[in-house]
Amino acid sequence: MVILTLSRLRRFCLIAMAILTLAGAGAIGQARAQDVQEALKLFAGSYDDIQKGIEALAVSGQPTAIEILQALSDNRLIVGADGSLVYKDAAGALHDAATGAVVAAEPPGAKPVRANNRIRRAAEAALGQLTLVSPDPAKRLDAALSVFKSKDQTSLPLIETALARENDPKVKTALERARAALILYGPGEEAAKLDAVKVIAAQGNQDALAMLTSAPTPSPAVAAAIKDAAEAIEGRLALWSGVQSFYYGISLGSVLLLAAIGLAITFGVMGVINMAHGEMVMIGAYTTFVVQDIIRTSAPWLFDYSLAIALPLAFLVSGAVGILIERVIIRFLYGRPLETLLATFGLSLVLQQAVRTIFGPTNREVGNPAWMSGAFDLGGLTLTYNRMWIIVFSMVVLVVLMIVLRRTAFGLQMRAVTQNRRMAGSMGIRTNWVDMLTFGLGSGVAGIAGVALSQIDNVSPNLGQGYIIDSFMVVVFGGVGNLWGTLVGAMTLGITNKLLEPVAGAVLGKIFVLVALVLFIQRKPRGLFPQKGRAVER
Amino acid sequence: MIAKRIFGSDAMAFWFLAGLFIVTVLVAVLNLATPEDAALHVPTYLVALLGKYLCYAILALSIDLVWGYVGILSLGHGAFFALGGYGMGMYLMRQIGPRGVYGDPVLPDFMVFLNWKELPWYWLGFDNFLFAMVMVALIPGILAFVFGYLAFRSRVTGVYLSIITQAMTYALLLAFFRNDMGFGGNNGLTDFKDLLGFNLQTDGMRVSLFAASALALALCYLLCLWITRSRFGKVLIAVRDAESRTRFMGYRVEGYKLAAFTLSAVMAGIAGALYVPQVGIINPGEFAPQNSIEAVVWVAVGGRGTLVGAAIGAIVVNFGKTVFTGVLPELWLFALGGLFIFVTLLMPKGIVGTVPQLLDMLRSRKAQNAVAPEPPKTEASTPAGE
Repeated sequence: MVILTLSRLRRFCLIAMAILTLAGAGAIGQARAQDVQEALKLFAGSYDDIQKGIEALAVSGQPTAIEILQALSDNRLIVGADGSLVYKDAAGALHDAATGAVVAAEPPGAKPVRANNRIRRAAEAALGQLTLVSPDPAKRLDAALSVFKSKDQTSLPLIETALARENDPKVKTALERARAALILYGPGEEAAKLDAVKVIAAQGNQDALAMLTSAPTPSPAVAAAIKDAAEAIEGRLALWSGVQSFYYGISLGSVLLLAAIGLAITFGVMGVINMAHGEMVMIGAYTTFVVQDIIRTSAPWLFDYSLAIALPLAFLVSGAVGILIERVIIRFLYGRPLETLLATFGLSLVLQQAVRTIFGPTNREVGNPAWMSGAFDLGGLTLTYNRMWIIVFSMVVLVVLMIVLRRTAFGLQMRAVTQNRRMAGSMGIRTNWVDMLTFGLGSGVAGIAGVALSQIDNVSPNLGQGYIIDSFMVVVFGGVGNLWGTLVGAMTLGITNKLLEPVAGAVLGKIFVLVALVLFIQRKPRGLFPQKGRAVER
Repeated sequence: MIAKRIFGSDAMAFWFLAGLFIVTVLVAVLNLATPEDAALHVPTYLVALLGKYLCYAILALSIDLVWGYVGILSLGHGAFFALGGYGMGMYLMRQIGPRGVYGDPVLPDFMVFLNWKELPWYWLGFDNFLFAMVMVALIPGILAFVFGYLAFRSRVTGVYLSIITQAMTYALLLAFFRNDMGFGGNNGLTDFKDLLGFNLQTDGMRVSLFAASALALALCYLLCLWITRSRFGKVLIAVRDAESRTRFMGYRVEGYKLAAFTLSAVMAGIAGALYVPQVGIINPGEFAPQNSIEAVVWVAVGGRGTLVGAAIGAIVVNFGKTVFTGVLPELWLFALGGLFIFVTLLMPKGIVGTVPQLLDMLRSRKAQNAVAPEPPKTEASTPAGE
């Protein structure tokens, strides 16, 4: 199957190329034609001759070169007794090798050109070089990159030819780099080599660094230039990797923010430690799975919108479960935070096992919609779309929650209850309703977080457990009942974690963060942004 | 009577210790002195299982001391338990000597496997039983002292304290998973051969370990009982019920909390040390935060602040776990989770607090229903400890 597609692709290229080169055939000139004739004659000779013929053909610019080489490796190249060369195309029609014109019959005494492994290899290499002049820019780019890597000196003339006619700026840069690499590793002059060092240094990535540090240094000037360039690249790479870690840190921070923000609401307003919060996240993720499952079977065209559909549903499902929990369990445990902690932990076990029983213990597949998969390059970074969207999404959730808390009647009541429950009650606020809705809101936000996490994590019954401890750290670090605190806490933890990772390793970095957090809490027992006033001592 | 002097009016303590003693003797005799096919024979695996329960009971006791009497809900006691276990595990590893797979006379197998050339400094001395046992108590004690000193001094209380104790055990979990730590990484320490020169697999050794666990449980229980009945214990209870008031009365609350917390950690460490030779392995999984929370639930089930209840809770819940995971493994988490919720919502006093209450209720109902003229005899025998 793969081979079939490959050969099809090749054939397409060949035809396109034949048209292209035929159009410019006049420019090739008489001298070239002479070389081609010489090269084609060699195919009647010994293996050595054939190999020479292949090499000559590769640099000749002959329009039918690719067809000929392809035919050679497939045993479809036929040579007559008089040395005339024809090839059979895949459909079986015969073509004259020199002109590509269709011929009626094989020349007298025809037999296939012999090919052994050495010849096939030579033909492969020549075909690789020839793609440098392929009409498809992507193929030219690939070919240029492969020359850059292989540093095959015989490609130099072809690179020059290709450079002369290249219009695509991206491919042109790649070709220039490939040429620079060849010059640097070849027997060229000092001035040319110095230029080459500059060109490669401009590339500024790991490949360029490797290329420079292992290059031969015929003269001190070149050696010095290489050293400078290598140092410059190293500095740049260090900077980019720092930026990369920082970006990963923000990405991790926004994941933590999503996971913790619902907790910040329930803990902040109600003082309820909800150990089952992670399971609310998990329920949100499974809601996404169910939505996608239904879409897959009954409405596949909706797949790109699956997350948009899952978001409100996850909010409703997790929110409803949250309200149920509040009514059935937590309501009876107000003012007893330690008991609440234990009961909700038990609840988390029950929910995990329930999901395990319904959906099975293995990971469930949640797909990425098209707009969330893939990556883009920015400077020296490769940023994946899903991470970027989650950063954006977490910020949106934060802003929306802030608006709800500060600009709506419900938010006003919620804040009133936070500050002074009894006074709020006396003012006519139904505090137990506010409690219920707050818990529902916190759980619903956890469900939304689950939709986002389903895109980057395994959707399994243990999904929530992985986040619960980190979420608590975020809330405790930031200070309860303060969304800014949660934001700062999440980002600080995420970024510190990721910046420590390259230095200390992932696990040790995490341990450092935990220890630092425990020490931090000794200094500031109520977090970065503690609540103030009499309401604190409940 | 001596018993009366020790226990005061607490008949429950007497019956608990008496029961423990009788069970220990019975198990020992029925395992060692009866033939394998006798109806009353206690198989060796059961001895090890019971020994494990007793270790859990000590852990529960240590949690009850801080949670039930000082109000510190530690979600990190599993860490002290595991540290004690690792101390014992290190001693047992050194005891293997050249009998390991690689036959190295000094280095345990996993170190040879990791290509280590010499024993890390913190493994030195663990070939000595006494030194190892001192470390078993000392290391959890020191950790608890430092951790508690920092936490109590800055008045981290309530759920905050619970969360950072959880962070502590989580950090240790991650740390012990690392191979570079020198504690066997993922696999932990296992493949033990003998203890003090006696083969661990023999029936005699099993029974001895079981008896040692029972003895340790009894001693820890008596110690906790003595502490909680003493003047010191009264202050602890005052701290639990009204920390600020106790402080205003002039007590150094931090010192009392720290002492109780450290002692409790030492007890947990001893429990871990007894646990390891009976189950034959110690690995980082023991540090998992869930284990610590489960241990708290044993206490809640048995009855917080009753000491006896903690031990009973640990044994009952773990017995349930053994039965459940054998018969209906997929239902175990439902049962455990349900138990958490049920106990916190409906049985806040646990088994020890609720069962006598129920009995009382039954009796009084009976007494009401029975219009019989005879006076209710039951009144005289109201359970003690109420």
